[in-house]
This record gives sequence, structure tokens and C-alpha cells, in this order.
Amino acid sequence: MAQTGKASVEFTGFAGVFHRLKKNKMSIVGIIVLIILALIAIFANFLAPYSYSKQNLAHQFEPPSKQFLLGTDEYGRDILSRLIFGARISLLIGFIAVGIALVSGGTLGAIAGYYGGIVDEVIMRIMDILLSIPSTLLAISIAATLGPGLFNLMIAVGLSSLPQYARVIRGSVLSLREQEFVEAAKAVGSSNFRIILKHIIPNCMAPIIVQSTLGVAMAILTASGLSFIGLGIQPPYPEWGAMLSGGRGYIRDFPHMTAFPGLAIMITILALNYLGDGLRDALDPKLKR
Amino acid sequence: MEQTHPMVEVTNLKKYFKTKRGMLHAVDGVSFSIRKGETLGLVGESGCGKSTLGRVMIRLLDATGGEVKFWGEDILTYSARKMKGMRKKVQIVFQDPYSSLNPRLSVSELIAEPLLVNSVYPSATDRNRKIGELMDTVGLARRLMNAYPHELDGGRRQRIGIARSLALSPEFIVLDEPVSALDVCIQAQILNLLNSLQKQFGYTYVFISHNLSVVKHVSDRIAVMYLGKIVELSDYKSLFVEPLHPYTQALLSAIPLPKFGKKRDRIILEGDVPSPIEPPEGCRFQVRCPYSQDVCREKTPELRELEPGRFVACHFARSLVPAAGKSGQQN
Amino acid sequence: MEDKKLLLDIQDLSIHYVVESGTVHAVENLNLSLAPGENLGFVGETGAGKTTTALGIMGLVPNPPGKIISGKILFEGEDLLEKTEEQMRSIRGGKIAMIFQDPMTSLNPVMTVDKQIAEMVLLHNKLTEQQALERAEEMLELVGIKRERAKDYPHQFSGGMKQRVVIAIALACNPTLLIADEPTTALDVTIQAQVLELMHELRRKINTSLIMITHDLGIVAEMCDKVAIMYAGKVVEYAPTEALFTHPGHPYTEGLFNSIPDLDSDEEELKVIQGLMPDPTDLPSGCAFHPRCPYAVEACSKGVPPMVEIEPGHFVACPVRGKPYLHLGK
Repeated sequence: MAQTGKASVEFTGFAGVFHRLKKNKMSIVGIIVLIILALIAIFANFLAPYSYSKQNLAHQFEPPSKQFLLGTDEYGRDILSRLIFGARISLLIGFIAVGIALVSGGTLGAIAGYYGGIVDEVIMRIMDILLSIPSTLLAISIAATLGPGLFNLMIAVGLSSLPQYARVIRGSVLSLREQEFVEAAKAVGSSNFRIILKHIIPNCMAPIIVQSTLGVAMAILTASGLSFIGLGIQPPYPEWGAMLSGGRGYIRDFPHMTAFPGLAIMITILALNYLGDGLRDALDPKLKR
Repeated sequence: MEQTHPMVEVTNLKKYFKTKRGMLHAVDGVSFSIRKGETLGLVGESGCGKSTLGRVMIRLLDATGGEVKFWGEDILTYSARKMKGMRKKVQIVFQDPYSSLNPRLSVSELIAEPLLVNSVYPSATDRNRKIGELMDTVGLARRLMNAYPHELDGGRRQRIGIARSLALSPEFIVLDEPVSALDVCIQAQILNLLNSLQKQFGYTYVFISHNLSVVKHVSDRIAVMYLGKIVELSDYKSLFVEPLHPYTQALLSAIPLPKFGKKRDRIILEGDVPSPIEPPEGCRFQVRCPYSQDVCREKTPELRELEPGRFVACHFARSLVPAAGKSGQQN
Repeated sequence: MEDKKLLLDIQDLSIHYVVESGTVHAVENLNLSLAPGENLGFVGETGAGKTTTALGIMGLVPNPPGKIISGKILFEGEDLLEKTEEQMRSIRGGKIAMIFQDPMTSLNPVMTVDKQIAEMVLLHNKLTEQQALERAEEMLELVGIKRERAKDYPHQFSGGMKQRVVIAIALACNPTLLIADEPTTALDVTIQAQVLELMHELRRKINTSLIMITHDLGIVAEMCDKVAIMYAGKVVEYAPTEALFTHPGHPYTEGLFNSIPDLDSDEEELKVIQGLMPDPTDLPSGCAFHPRCPYAVEACSKGVPPMVEIEPGHFVACPVRGKPYLHLGK
């Protein structure tokens, strides 16, 4: 590695990551889509032409028209407006569920990785038990136990993916624990808590970011699945999965009721996946160093 | 010249690691003392235990046995709380300027760490002032305060490591191969810096290195280690003029001299460095020693003082006779 | 440079790496030559361009981002840069072999050592597998490893032994030129002594020319007939070993010698070269060394100094210090 007084020849740090990310066209598409979605979610009140819950029985099952751009559902509610408000709910679920999983799973994983020994064994065996249950099933069980509602849905989805985050972070912590800068922190008297929080976790950002980005996609899918079978979001809240479920019975005659929510889900997941893949590649050269 | 008490007294220090193949004797009964203001060089090849010894001395690793006395008190018996106070006085500089700095912290954050952890300058202004002073001391331009390690070269990074170790105004610093990862020209700059710091602040150093020329340059006394034991300990001049232990002799003769025409008689040791796992009885070096006799296999030589200030762990120091049947055949 | 039939003649070689932040001038207008049977020491610090030059000779410069901008690499009279990949493949290992610094990663961990040597033999010779394995065992003996160990795997050998295996592979086809890139840097000093001793012995037995890339002037003093000192992509001094050690011409060479603690003397402070190696994407104008040079004058920042022969065979790229017959004054 050339030792120079000025910055090294390749970009490193955030500038470098962004630079490399820019080159990956699909992840740029992903970012743009997500930004649009976020804006839609934030400004839903202004963008939606109609309310998401107002029923209009005179206009049931209408196909897309000038008045109702994406058509109406079985209660005459405007699908476009419901999709717009649904974006808010889906994104909220995605991020909060991931947040819950990250904080709880991450903490457990960090403790397991850093202290090792019996602490590690106990925590990881519990994780193994949780992992042996398919995560959707786990989410269903938790949701069924907690009962319906947006908040409970977020908890259920979050906790069901907890073990993955524990695993990922434990792996990072294990390798970082042996780094000399951790020894250096010990040598000046840093407490274990400080070392984990200030030295180790910030250096795990790469796998955390990748896991989280893809995790939001999974969370949205899982939430949609739960709403599809009737757990989680209760009507009239317009969660995309619930909308899919609602249109299930009319798929032959009125496919637009399922097609559009389905498309919305698909686009969001794709965007998140492209972004996640791009981030993983962009963060990799930094890891290789 | 004599002081009442040496600052550091290490007695029979041991560090063993349990491995799948048996007990690894990384440090196996090491004893020496260091006077205030002195630099003790610790020299040896990979696996000799010098890095482990450095870390055990300041309790970065827990010892398996023995004593480490600083100012007469055995720090191995200190409670965690007392040890934290001790950390202000004993510090360490690491070998790898790339992995010993947290890549997420800026230069000033890195140097601030010891100050923050020990609540030394509660006010941020005082802290920043101290950081600036430290940077001046080690020759880091103040404009680099908010730079990150990856933006800087090895020499500058090592200066950060040194500044960090000086933050708490220690009295004793373990330098673990501080210049090995640096290019020759930068190495010289750092060596000069360490030298001038010692002159200015009176630090006591343990300088660990595998590079004998560097060690000679910085040390007052040098201890040569082999497989967890000290085989020779003397002042730097005598060690090079008259190395007593066969390993020291081989080590010295192995160094290619950057001088034309000075080809010396090289003692080529047979075989490889044996494993420190479950070492056999007797002298650790006898397998490769060109002078080994039967007694070397049976009895472990103790480190004894052959003359004032010169210690050797060899049954036949100053009366070495080439062993029968040893030729240059390498396996 | 002499008129004898040269084994290797590098003329005006320039290799650049194009990266995001600019162009790295890894090697700039390099001129170097090697006569048959000669050992050349190639000295410089990290980033000077030594490995890039070696890769250039081997045709292994990664492209992208590396690009050979100009120059000729004449090996036995033929320009290697004009050759096709297929032609280079038969030259690599056959006529020119290279060994690298880290023996840990140079060997395939899942192949026995005899097979790895045999692989090299079979690539360049029409032999049966049995004959190749036999040759492999001969090579192992040559480098001082007992034949019984032929079927062992690399992890069963220590670092020094691994490097011997690497040397055995490199010499298996009797190459005319061996390029060794810091072959002993990763080894302990006593093991390094063993390997250097081995290379001495081999030199007596096999007539392979050697380019020894190293930062260790001690190794150069022992092993090499000629030395080239590299700085920021250029050769700044080129001389027979004796001349270089007794009266170096270039200020950088002088600085290198001053930076090494001398085993024989007792000075407290080392005369260091101030500053750092320049950024390879932003080299100083004129002589790349002038910002750090204690003897620099204004002209040094204006033009790149040419290599001047200050005595037969001794070339220095410094108009200020590299004056012909300067050594007579010492």
C-alpha cells in the first residue's frame, strides 16, 4: 500500500461507498423508487385524491377510469388512495420491525460475540431454537398471541427475524474482538460496555446496513402475509397485503383489485433488494481493506 | 549509578495457553528488572513469546504465574479498580498502525479516548488543548485533528498510536514492534521521535522487536528470548561484541549487513523453530544448537549472571565446543 | 549500458494505473538491463514501483486498471510487450520465473508439494506424469528438502520450508531469469539466513540470473552484483554493488543508508529524510525527490534529471550530487 502524505489513491469512507454505489445503476433506480415511496408516504394526505376509508357503494368494483385512476374495491373505495396511504403503513412497518429486530437481536448477538463462553452458548442455542421455526410461522404465532393491530404486527414481524440479526452481528463482533484497536481500548482502561458500543458496533455497520435493507423488504412481505391471512392490520386500514387478501375472492372478475397492491409490493421489494445488493457490493471493497 | 529499587521487577513470569494439542508455553518463567529511564530491548523470532510477555507485563493478558512488580507492588494481584488506576502509568504502543486504530474515529477522538475513559480533563476545551499538545509532541500537524486513519500513511498512524499512549502521562511504555510495519525512512523518523521523547520525559521503555539493528539502536540492555525463555541478557554493547549464548551468536550472524565485502561466518541453524507446545525437558535450544551435549537434553539451564550485568542460560557459556557429528545437512 | 548480449533490456518503460482519483504513475521511463548470469538488486520502499516493474516483465500487470504506456522489454533480444498471451504463458515459468513474498499464499493448500512442482514441469515440457514427479523430487532435494516429504501438503511445512518449495517450483524448468519479490521478508531472520544460503548454493549450481526485489540493503550487499535504486517510479541510481555501498551518488540512496541503524556504530540520532513519499497521482515537478532533498536547488523542480554515468557502470540521476569522478574526493 503506497504510503503517501495525502489521502490514499482509492476513495474510502462514506465518499467511497457512495461513489461505488453510484456506478451500480440498479441501486440508483432502487434509491429513486424508495425516495418516491417515502415522499408518497409522507405527503399521503395531499396526494391521495380520496380518503382511504370512505365507502362509496355507488361505485363498487369499478375498473380504472378517469375518476378513479386505479379503480375501486368492493366498498367503492378508491384503490389509488388506499395504495398511497398503504405506502405509509408498509414503510412504517418495514422500518420499525427491522428496528426492533436490530436492537434486540443486535444486542444479544453483540453480547454473545464479545463475551463468548457460556454466555455465547446460551444465547446462540436460543437463537437456534428460534431459527428452527420458519420465520413466517413464528410471526404468525406471535401475532396470534398478541392480537390484531398495527403495533402488534410490527412487534411480531420484528421478533420473528431477531435471530438473523443476532447471528450477523455476532459474526462481526467475533472478528472485530481480536483487532488490535480493541486491545488498545482495553489498554487505556475502557470498560467492556464502552468497547462494544463505541468501538465494535460502529465497525459492524456494513453487514448491519445490508442485512437491514434486505430486512425491510422481508418485513414488508411478512407483514403483507400476516395481513393476508387476517392477522395484523384490521380494516379499514389500507395495508397492501390486506388489500391483496380483500381482492382475493374477486380475482377473476376484477383483477385490478389484486393487481395493483401486488404491483406495489413487488416494486417496493425490488427497489429494496436492488439497493441492498448495491450496498453490499459498495461496502465490500472497504471490508477487503 | 545504582538505584535503591528497580522500577520494574519481573519474577518467574509464566503465561500458558491451553490448545487442542496441549499446553502452549508462551512465556515460561521469565525474570528480569528494569531501572527507571532505561530501555530494555526484547528480541527474538516469531513464537519466542516477546509480544506475549509485553502484554502480560501490563496485564492486557492475565498471567498464569509469577510476579510483576512496579515500584515494589505486584500488579498481578491488583483488583480491577486498582488496575485501572495503574493503566495511567503503564501504556503500550502496538505494532500494526493499520489495525491498532479504530477506523471510525478521527485523530482527535483516538487520542481523546484515554482522557475520556479516565475522566482526566472533564472540560472539552481542556481536553482539546491537551490533544493539540500531544499532537505537537509527536510531530503530527494540528490540521490533521479531524482526519481519519485511512487517510494517513503508516508513519503518521504510528504517531497517533504514540500520542495516544502518552495522553495519560505514563512512566512506563511497552513498545511492541513499533516500527516493523514501516518503511525504512519512516522507521528512522519514528525511532528518533521515541528517543527524543525519552530524553524529554524520562520514559522507561520495553522495546520489543525482531530486528536486532533497530533494537541495538534504542536499547540500554537487551534480552534475547527463545521459546518462552530469556537465553541472554546484557547491556547492548557487550551483547554485540561478545554474544555468549549460541542462539544469540546465530541470530547476530544471520543478519545481512548493509556493507559491501563484509561477509561474515554465518552460523546456519538447522531445522525450524520448534513448537512451544509441551516443550521437552532440558535446554529449549539444544535441538538446533551446534554445541549441544548430553547434559543439554537433560538439564534446563538457568539464567545465571556470568559477570556483573551479563546473564546467560547455557551450560557451556564461554566454553562452547562444537558437538560431534554436526554438519550442514538440513532436512 | 554495455554492448554485450544482454539477457534483459528494459527501455523507457512506463506503466500507469488509472484509478478513480487520478492516474498513478507507477513506473516512469524506466531503463534497466541485466547481463546473463548477473544478479540485480532492485531496491526501493513501498510504492516505489518495483513490483509493478516485475509484473510488467512477466506480463501480469492487471489490466484494468494498469496500462503499459510505452517502452520495450527486450528479453533475449525479443520484446515481451509485443508477445501474445499464449507466447507469454510459455515464457512464464519456462524462461522467466517469479517468486513472491508470502509463501503461505503462494502454494495451493490442497495439492501435495511434488504435484505442484510437477505441474510446473508438465506445463513446459513434454514428459509423462511419472517423469515430472521424479523431476519434482530432484528439485526438492536441490532445495534441501528430503525426498520423503514429497507427498506432504504445504501446511505441514514451516514458513522457511514453504519458501524453499516455492523456489523449487520456480526453478523446475531451468529458467534463465528468476525474479524474486521480497522472498525473505516474511521469514524470521535465522530462517532468512537459511534461504539466502540456499540461494547462494543454487547460484553456484544453476546459471539462472536473478532480479532480487527487496528493501533490505543487507541482502543486496550479499546477493547482488548490481543494484538499482527506485524512487517514485523511476530508477534514480544504478551501480555495481561495491560502488553503491562505498560511494553512493544519489541523495535518496544516501538517505536510505543513513536511515538504517548501523550495527557497528553508536550514534544516537539517525539522519532522517524529512517528509514522505509523494502521492503517485500527484508527483512533484522535475525530480520527484526534490521536495525532500537536502541538496535541492531551483533547477531540480524544473526538469526530470537524466541518468548520468559518473563512472563506468555507475549511473546517477542527480545533476547536483551525481558528478563524475566525485568519489575521488572521498
